[in-house]
Amino acid sequence: MYPRAFRYHRAGSLREAAEMLSQLGEGAKLLAGGQSLIPLMKLRFANPADLVDLSFIKGASYIQEEKGAIRIGALARHAEIQDSVAASKIPILCDCAAGIADVQVRNRGTIGGSLAEADPSGDWATVLMTLATDVRCFSCDGERIIGLRDFVKDAYTTALRHDELVSEVSIQAPPKGSGGAYIAFKRAAPVYPTASVAVQLSVEGDTCKAASIALGCVALVPVRPHEAESALRGQRISEKTIAAAAEAARVAADPQTDMRGSAEYKRELVGALVQRAIAAAVRRARGEQVEVSHLYA
Amino acid sequence: MPEGISSTSIRVRVNGKEYSREVEPRLLLVEFLREDLDLTGTHIGCDTTYCGACTVLLNGAAVKSCTMFAVQADGAEIITVEDLEKNGELHPIQKAFADCHGLQCGYCTPGMMLSALQLLSRARNPDEKQIRKAIAGNTCRCTGYQNIFKAISAAAQSLRESDHGN
Repeated sequence: MYPRAFRYHRAGSLREAAEMLSQLGEGAKLLAGGQSLIPLMKLRFANPADLVDLSFIKGASYIQEEKGAIRIGALARHAEIQDSVAASKIPILCDCAAGIADVQVRNRGTIGGSLAEADPSGDWATVLMTLATDVRCFSCDGERIIGLRDFVKDAYTTALRHDELVSEVSIQAPPKGSGGAYIAFKRAAPVYPTASVAVQLSVEGDTCKAASIALGCVALVPVRPHEAESALRGQRISEKTIAAAAEAARVAADPQTDMRGSAEYKRELVGALVQRAIAAAVRRARGEQVEVSHLYA
Repeated sequence: MPEGISSTSIRVRVNGKEYSREVEPRLLLVEFLREDLDLTGTHIGCDTTYCGACTVLLNGAAVKSCTMFAVQADGAEIITVEDLEKNGELHPIQKAFADCHGLQCGYCTPGMMLSALQLLSRARNPDEKQIRKAIAGNTCRCTGYQNIFKAISAAAQSLRESDHGN
């Protein structure tokens, strides 16, 4: 299958890419890892007249720790984040990176591309919603930093202007005593999850001090189930409070019936995943090593 | 080529051999390998980034060559299934696939073996989970995967033995 013909432009730097976007106008699209864009182009759902290739830009795929934050260059590939010592300081990042699609896709796909595409079934936006995450956006007019919660606007829609690109994702490391886990349920490795749940919480003794939850694939954008967070915050962690949070998340999810399952099935799945993710996050918050990965049907 | 679209020159090293070619930007890497270089061992299965039949190594990393433009491979080192056999000797991975009945129709096999090659070049003693994760992006509709799994375990052992032999 061939995409429609396009003009190809290779950017040598982020600045050059921004200049190209500004010159070429709205018909131009950015190509990073291409693991979403190229399939969309082959199916002719996307037909850009011009493609600006970012993949030859050097120095834009760093992963480093600085002043309590993990800074990730937009072109860092999922596989690089999966193996990164710096990123492993926030375990939920590795849960996500190591489970996205399959080895081949993780070797190409980038974190910046995933966030900028804003697919409702993407993994990164859901995970990063539970952490203080800033998206650094670059254009010829300068830089602006947008909090992730304001960056994702709608399905496939972000706060990016057409002449802007993502240059960096910066994630504040959660305080000591905080633990997080991300569990996505998939029918097979290469497909998008049917539903996914990210949980980040702080525990003092048996009491949950802070909780942040995000649900993926069950609405046009990741859902923050505030009632579920309230069901945990300030409460003793017990089967009862976890069940209450799961029930609140089930209600907050707004899934659609599609080839991955009925809306009711997805709600049930969200409830079960919330329970598992909370249990893993609590154990991690207490300092235990817990392995969490995407689940296959 | 449509008006206003020019071809781009690329240089790639495929299986140790240098090639310089002019390509249309929308040419997929898998089509470039099969049609321009006549390396038809790399297969096109689903053509939608699912099945992994088109897997090749790009600078040592397994990629789906149906989901990359040839222009993006400019300057890269590519390994395809044709590079496994040397001087009439099967690669230990190929031999293990034959010995363990790791294939039936053979359509997915080139991709399976290239995914195995990335794994075994990074982990000489992979555990069961590592092997299963390594081929999670490769679909086989014949074998049920069990013999493929056994083949990769056997290839790992054979490579470890030849490491000790050297």
